[in-house]
Amino acid sequence: MESIGVEEKGLNLEATELRLGLPGRDKIEKEIISSFNKNKRAAPKSAEDDGSEAKADTKHRDHEAAPAAKAQVIGWPPIRSYRKNNFAPKKAEAEYGNYVKVSMDGAPYLRKIDLKVYTGYKDLLQALENMFKLSIGVYSEREGYKGSEHAPTYEDKDGDWMLVGDVPWDMFMSSCKRLRIMKGSEARGLGCAV
Amino acid sequence: MDPVRKRTKDLSKSVDSAHLAPFPDEVLEKVLSLVKSHKDRSSVSLVCKDWYNADRWSRSKIFIGNCYSVSPEIVARRFPNIRSVTLKGKPRFSDFNLVPQNWGADIHSWLVVFAQVYPFLEELRLKRMVVSDESLEFLANSFPGFKVLSLLSCDGFSTDGLKAIATHCKNLTELDIQENGIDDLGGGWLSCFPETFVSLEVLNFASLNSDVTFDALERLVSRCKALRVLKVNKHISLEQIQKLLLRAPQLMEVGTGSFQQELVPRQFAELETAFGSCKNLHTLSGLWEASSVYLPVIYPACANLTYLNLSYATLQSDELSKLLPNCSNLRRLWVLDTVEDKGLEAVGSSCPLLEELRVFPADPFDQDMVHGVTESGFVAVSSGCRKLHYVLYFCRQMTNAAVATIVKNCPDFTHFRLCIMNPGQADYLTNDPMDEAFGAVVKTCTKLQRLAVSGLLTDKTFEYIGKYAKNLETLSVAFAGSSDRGMQSVMEGCPKLRKLEIRDCPFGNEALLSGLDKYESMRSLWMSACNLTMNGCRQLAKNMPRLNVEVIKDEESDDSEADKVYVYRSVVGPRRDAPPFVLTL
Repeated sequence: MESIGVEEKGLNLEATELRLGLPGRDKIEKEIISSFNKNKRAAPKSAEDDGSEAKADTKHRDHEAAPAAKAQVIGWPPIRSYRKNNFAPKKAEAEYGNYVKVSMDGAPYLRKIDLKVYTGYKDLLQALENMFKLSIGVYSEREGYKGSEHAPTYEDKDGDWMLVGDVPWDMFMSSCKRLRIMKGSEARGLGCAV
Repeated sequence: MDPVRKRTKDLSKSVDSAHLAPFPDEVLEKVLSLVKSHKDRSSVSLVCKDWYNADRWSRSKIFIGNCYSVSPEIVARRFPNIRSVTLKGKPRFSDFNLVPQNWGADIHSWLVVFAQVYPFLEELRLKRMVVSDESLEFLANSFPGFKVLSLLSCDGFSTDGLKAIATHCKNLTELDIQENGIDDLGGGWLSCFPETFVSLEVLNFASLNSDVTFDALERLVSRCKALRVLKVNKHISLEQIQKLLLRAPQLMEVGTGSFQQELVPRQFAELETAFGSCKNLHTLSGLWEASSVYLPVIYPACANLTYLNLSYATLQSDELSKLLPNCSNLRRLWVLDTVEDKGLEAVGSSCPLLEELRVFPADPFDQDMVHGVTESGFVAVSSGCRKLHYVLYFCRQMTNAAVATIVKNCPDFTHFRLCIMNPGQADYLTNDPMDEAFGAVVKTCTKLQRLAVSGLLTDKTFEYIGKYAKNLETLSVAFAGSSDRGMQSVMEGCPKLRKLEIRDCPFGNEALLSGLDKYESMRSLWMSACNLTMNGCRQLAKNMPRLNVEVIKDEESDDSEADKVYVYRSVVGPRRDAPPFVLTL
């Protein structure tokens, strides 16, 4: 039992560690295997174990298995590589939506939206207008969102703040890291021709 | 016309014996040649010397379940007239990446011997073997009468090897390439079949990834009038499959390409007609990216289908529910768990003749989303399909009560493979271990031959298995058991056990050694990530000289630990091609 407690501590640290990226990194993988190893190498129980002891174990196991379950074990579930490879690419696309944070100057908290559900800029801007109860106006290449108190901007892969609408939609989708709706004079500044 | 070798008549024998043989050897051989099953043939050969010899001379097909249990020389000496060879190599867990690369099971040394002894070899069926392009070329050039090549779950070759086969095997009737780890260097191999080549009956290249020249394929299909099985890969479009079906309406088994193509109504109608014109079609697979929009083109063929493989089509429950009422004749159905329980209810209500169901997970590593099938889907199928005897079921939750109901509905299970995907997961309603579920399976299903267990399991499960599973031949165990007692119960029971594969279980040396008397009657034992030590394995090897006890060493582990152990009987002793990381004790 003690060994399980020690593992619980170890696993919880891992589980609460802040990290970017999907679960299933190698380190966690090895943790899982070693956790099962440690479980096994604990003193063997007698054959007369009744259900209640197994239940207590279950609770322990469930508790420590919960964070553990979020990672992958080598060769488990037992599916042939061919079948796994057939789906992996498609799923990676479809399942994890393209969620980005949206901040609005002056708003107390941020929002999050899935860029994948929008068909283009018009759709997106409409949604932002609805979400934040404001009007953004129409985009023009020369003057940005002229006439509006607000300008939608985004941070791209390089860390630069860009005006929403300059690049083709697909390019925007893949390079947008977060959105920010600027207000007032700052907004007007971005819209001016350089 | 075929020069079959005959032994010289041993006349002195019949003169010396007190009475004449009951009937001439040739007649005995002829009668025995009608015995097809290799297990029966084995029994025949054990009756007496005459029958052993009759079997020897008349045997034309040989099945070798473990390529290391025997050598090609011994096979050649005993059976002079072999035309068809089936060979299996690596342990099954190599499919799940548990066996390192370069472990072995190379076909080449076998081919070299066969080329000398069986120049008239016609069929080679390999599973989990390593096959190089050189070997394929050697094969293509060594056996002029070669007809059947079937490669399942093999690796080591590329499409270049297939070029050699297509170019040189003038009498080829079957080319079946399934789920292999190969280098796909392009689809040019298909164009290597000469224009004069017309004998093909089976062509399966569904798992190859690159484009073949459609023109060449269409011409090939047109001129091979005896073609009955055609399974193309996902690069073949709907429009193209329609053309192929028109050329070969006699097809019995079809694997389509991708279903994702924009069709105008005329094309849709043409496809429907094409499927409808295949009157002999009983097996349908492929159907990549099939959606409700175009799936109905197969409806005209559905009434005759006995085997439908939808495991590459991410169908939802309503799509399956609309499709299945057309398929009342189904015996075998493979689906993805995207159909969910509701889809399985449709299976139960539409397919009363169903004998085999396989439900694969669309996203095996998905932890966050609650999708897939549960125990209720399985129960629904069992209540509508009373003839069910083969199931492979991947799910995320299960209960003891559900499994008890399932086997009560379907007591004739021969193959019960249940995979609860979260290792060591309990009955989600009661929090009990899943012992009683598998207890119910082995108690009720007296014909059970193959069992795969999962979920939270104590030694009790294995006590049940040892006590009740009298016909069990194959057992797969992962993340289960509490002590050596578990495995011991199985080794002491299960009289017909042939293959046992275990991973991540708390079974140690005592458990391993409890099977001392059993391993020679088994094909093999695999144990990985258990509690075995090198000393325990050495002890086994010392006591049982006719077993090969191989340990695959893991780089990071302790020297005394035996991480992966593979034990198998062999008449040829330790293998000579073992790589450095395989220690034979």
